[in-house]
Amino acid sequence: MNFIIDAFKPACHVSVTFADAKLRKQVALKKENGQTEMVPLFRSQDNIIGTVSVEPVPGRKVEHKGIKVELLGQIEMYSDRGNFYDFTSLVRELDIPGEIYEKKDFPFEFSTVEMPYETYSGINVRLRYVLKVTITRGYPGSIVQFQDFVVRNNSPSPSINNSIKMEVGIEDCLHIEFEYNKSKYHLKDVIIGKIYFLLVRIKMKNMDLEIRRRESTGSGTSTHVETETLAKYELMDGAPVRGESIPIRLFLSPYELTPTYRNTNNKFSVKYYLNLVLVDEEDRRYFKQQEITIYRLAESSEQAEAL
Amino acid sequence: MVADGVEDEEKWLSAGMAGLQQNAFYMHRALDSNNLKDALKYSAQMLSELRTSKLSPHKYYVLYMKAFDELRKLEIFFRDTISLGFSIVELYELVQHAGNILPRLYLLCTVGSVYIKTKEAPAKDILKDLVEMCRGIQHPLRGLFLRSYLSQVSRDKLPDIGSEYEGDADTVMDAVEFVLQNFTEMNKLWVRMQHQGPVSEKGKREKERNELRDLIGKNLHVLSQIEGVDLDMYKEVVLPRVLEQVVNCKDDLAQYYLMDCIIQVFPDEYHLQSLETLLSVCPQLQPSVDVKTVLSRLMDRLSSYAASGVEVLPEFFQVEAFMKLNNAIRKVTEAQADMPMVGVVSLYASLLTFCLQVHPDRLDYVDQILSSCVNELSVREGLDDSKATRQIIALLSAPLEKYKDIDTVLNLANYRCIMEYLNDSMRKEMANIIIQNIMNNKKTISTADKVDALFELIKGLIKDSGVETPDEPEDEFKEEQNSVARLIQMLHSDNHEEMLNIINTVRNHVLMGGAKRLPYTIPPLIFSSLKLARRLEGQDQSVTGEDVSVTPKKIFQIVTQTIDALASIPVPGLALGLYLQCAEAADDCDLEPVAYEFFTQAYILYEEEITDSRAQVTSIHLIIGTLQRTHAFGVENRDALTHKATGYSAKLLKKPDQCRAVYACSHLFWIDDHDNVRDGERVLLCLKRALRIANSVQQMANATRGSSGTASVVLFVEILNKYLYFYEKGVPQITVESIQDLIKLITNELRGDNIKSDAVADAFFSSTLRYIQFQKDKGGAISDKYKLIVL
Repeated sequence: MNFIIDAFKPACHVSVTFADAKLRKQVALKKENGQTEMVPLFRSQDNIIGTVSVEPVPGRKVEHKGIKVELLGQIEMYSDRGNFYDFTSLVRELDIPGEIYEKKDFPFEFSTVEMPYETYSGINVRLRYVLKVTITRGYPGSIVQFQDFVVRNNSPSPSINNSIKMEVGIEDCLHIEFEYNKSKYHLKDVIIGKIYFLLVRIKMKNMDLEIRRRESTGSGTSTHVETETLAKYELMDGAPVRGESIPIRLFLSPYELTPTYRNTNNKFSVKYYLNLVLVDEEDRRYFKQQEITIYRLAESSEQAEAL
Repeated sequence: MVADGVEDEEKWLSAGMAGLQQNAFYMHRALDSNNLKDALKYSAQMLSELRTSKLSPHKYYVLYMKAFDELRKLEIFFRDTISLGFSIVELYELVQHAGNILPRLYLLCTVGSVYIKTKEAPAKDILKDLVEMCRGIQHPLRGLFLRSYLSQVSRDKLPDIGSEYEGDADTVMDAVEFVLQNFTEMNKLWVRMQHQGPVSEKGKREKERNELRDLIGKNLHVLSQIEGVDLDMYKEVVLPRVLEQVVNCKDDLAQYYLMDCIIQVFPDEYHLQSLETLLSVCPQLQPSVDVKTVLSRLMDRLSSYAASGVEVLPEFFQVEAFMKLNNAIRKVTEAQADMPMVGVVSLYASLLTFCLQVHPDRLDYVDQILSSCVNELSVREGLDDSKATRQIIALLSAPLEKYKDIDTVLNLANYRCIMEYLNDSMRKEMANIIIQNIMNNKKTISTADKVDALFELIKGLIKDSGVETPDEPEDEFKEEQNSVARLIQMLHSDNHEEMLNIINTVRNHVLMGGAKRLPYTIPPLIFSSLKLARRLEGQDQSVTGEDVSVTPKKIFQIVTQTIDALASIPVPGLALGLYLQCAEAADDCDLEPVAYEFFTQAYILYEEEITDSRAQVTSIHLIIGTLQRTHAFGVENRDALTHKATGYSAKLLKKPDQCRAVYACSHLFWIDDHDNVRDGERVLLCLKRALRIANSVQQMANATRGSSGTASVVLFVEILNKYLYFYEKGVPQITVESIQDLIKLITNELRGDNIKSDAVADAFFSSTLRYIQFQKDKGGAISDKYKLIVL
């Protein structure tokens, strides 16, 4: 069996190792086949330094017409699967055409790479960063090896971060006033707030706070919007009376959120909303949706590292 | 339908229990394998069973208790996890990730209690957070149980004075604040329960709410247990806040229960010092609240506090407790105009008990209470309510029992006014109680004024009311009148003049009593008068001239008039007896004409009124007996009286009666200690006459029945005894021969063939003979005389 497989095995083993692999944080990345893989995490402006190793199968030589490594930033629409749009593409030539008889290492370096967008995997769209090693050959075809990595970009705390405060209602039926302490939250933030019942004429059953993600792809007439509810958090059980105020405290950390992406390369955007849902005894739903901005705050450990 | 509901509930409960237990099982497994994530997951699922809306409070409680037990295990696990180095702050956040609010909050409370124990954050902050977060549960039943859980896990962790969780300054305040807030929220939920759901199930809801009330009350209990709540804090913070909630919730069930709770859980001393605040709330309660019970309980507590020791009494004076309570009651009765009479009266009864306990010396307070009560009675209607009258009786009995002295009670001007409002039978009952009280305390009443007042009080017993009353049982009536009679005996003054006044007063009252009562009430009055007369007689020698106004003569006049009243009833037998008693007393006082007059009256009665032969026999014996004992009469008067008496005796209808009366008359002529009365001739005459009558009895018996009865033999023996008596006394006309003859006669009679032997006669005769024998053997002068008799 091994024999047969061996026959189709590539002529050499290509691997990419990063120079700071031991120090660099690894994060899980969900691959197309559904498996997750631990890959290194980079930020924009990072230096991406590493080594490409080419190790021919013992007893065989690799004849090539040049070896290069590319750093690609790609956006893939699922509606147009297989077609990648490269918004970033950097190339380093590693070797001139020749032959390789034994394991050979090719160091490479991309300095202060501009990687403005974060790795993202949504319902209709995917944004990925990848190192692509190509050993160009005439026959039997080039050897290509991909190495994914993840980019996440921290943002500073916003200088202006107003609370969201609003009075809504249905006339003579239900009046509430709600308040979220901020309009911009970081990924591990806590939403603190309260709902104040000014008038209650309907029999409430419960009240939930939902976090909804709105992913829109394409532009113009072909815009496609997909909304998913990422969190459903019960705030209140039972029917309040006038004058009651219900506290809100929702920790964002358990949910798989990303920062808000307003406009990623004109291809897609991801926005987050808080949806306050009141359900009455007849299961009628009353809701009010508010956009919040989510940003990535430098994690304290990273900050410590930066110092 | 209802049965179905119950069955369904059982089903839901067991389903809930099963779900709970299953998740508890997984939770245990997670705990055992130290898997925090799973522990949180399964505990949250377990607690989700508590989200049900289908169970009644009773069944929900069962479920809750099961969850409660499981949460204890979880708490221990949390504690262990923390001690192994897990961050409590992180855990506190972690449990809040649960999506469903109810499980989340149960877990949060559980972790919160561990958090406080670690002291990593001030207890007050954690408690504040917990009590705030619990607002998310607005469902009354679930909210109540959740908050009760919070209260349960936090009660040993309050930042109380002296507690290990005490923080810096004023943390007691935080503890109090926490409990108060939880209490307020719970009460709101509890009240809200009443207003949710269909109107038709209102009664059911009330019942369910009653089952839950202790959950709310427990908060007040916790408050009372906080060391740091001293009097000042109680007055300034705790009480006002609790009362604010009580008033504002506008729910009768809650108001009643909470007021009662406040009264029961906090110390008496606090109540006393904050009386005004507490009382000011009463008029603000819902009209349907049973304020009277609340106030009554408060007063009862204060009363027993006052009773706990004299040293606490100054506190009462200091805060003018009585005035405050009195005002409060007035306000409440004003505010609740339709309060039933029974409520009003029981309020005053409680106040009175309180007053008697705290101010035993302030009769004016007591009178004030009674006067307020009179006012209420005059305004409101419906004292026909038997409960209300019962309360009035209790009200009126209280001073009696306290002072054990009718004098004090008689000083209460309004006492009588209240009795006016009672109906006849109640008035009687009250009169009985009063009399009973006097009897038990054995205090005499010594002035005419008081006697007058007293008789006013008990006039229910003394005279008929205007309206026709249904005939009461004879026994009861007798019993009542007997107690009046006993009461008359309790009236006594050492001052003769006053005593006479008393007698006059009583007489005035008693004479209004009507024919039915006089036979009971007059005799004690007469005896009491005679006692006075005798006392005067005894003193006359020493204190002459001083009590000019009070003389035996005067008393006898009154007595005569009093007995006259009996004539109209008529009870001649009784009147005759009384006349004879008077005669004897007059005789003792050496008032011959008066005594003679009394006898005359008695004779007249005998002749004119006493027609029944049995009564005649009794009367004649009474007359003979009394006459025999008199000594004041001159020869002439005495002759007249004795002559009449013997005459009556001989005219009795039945021969045996005649016989006995006649031989009794013999005593009238020979009195040992009376030198003037030693007429042996007439003694013998009487006895001989008696013998003659006995003979004729025997003959009559022979004639009618063919055989002589033994009745005559008994008579003979009786006469023999009389012979022996006079023989012993040395009456010369009684000879040994005559005795001898009589014995022979009797012996013959007894041995006669034509009579059946009679055990009674036999025994009588043989014991008489034994007596003779005994006297013979005794020796001495009498013995010598007896030796002459040959048996």
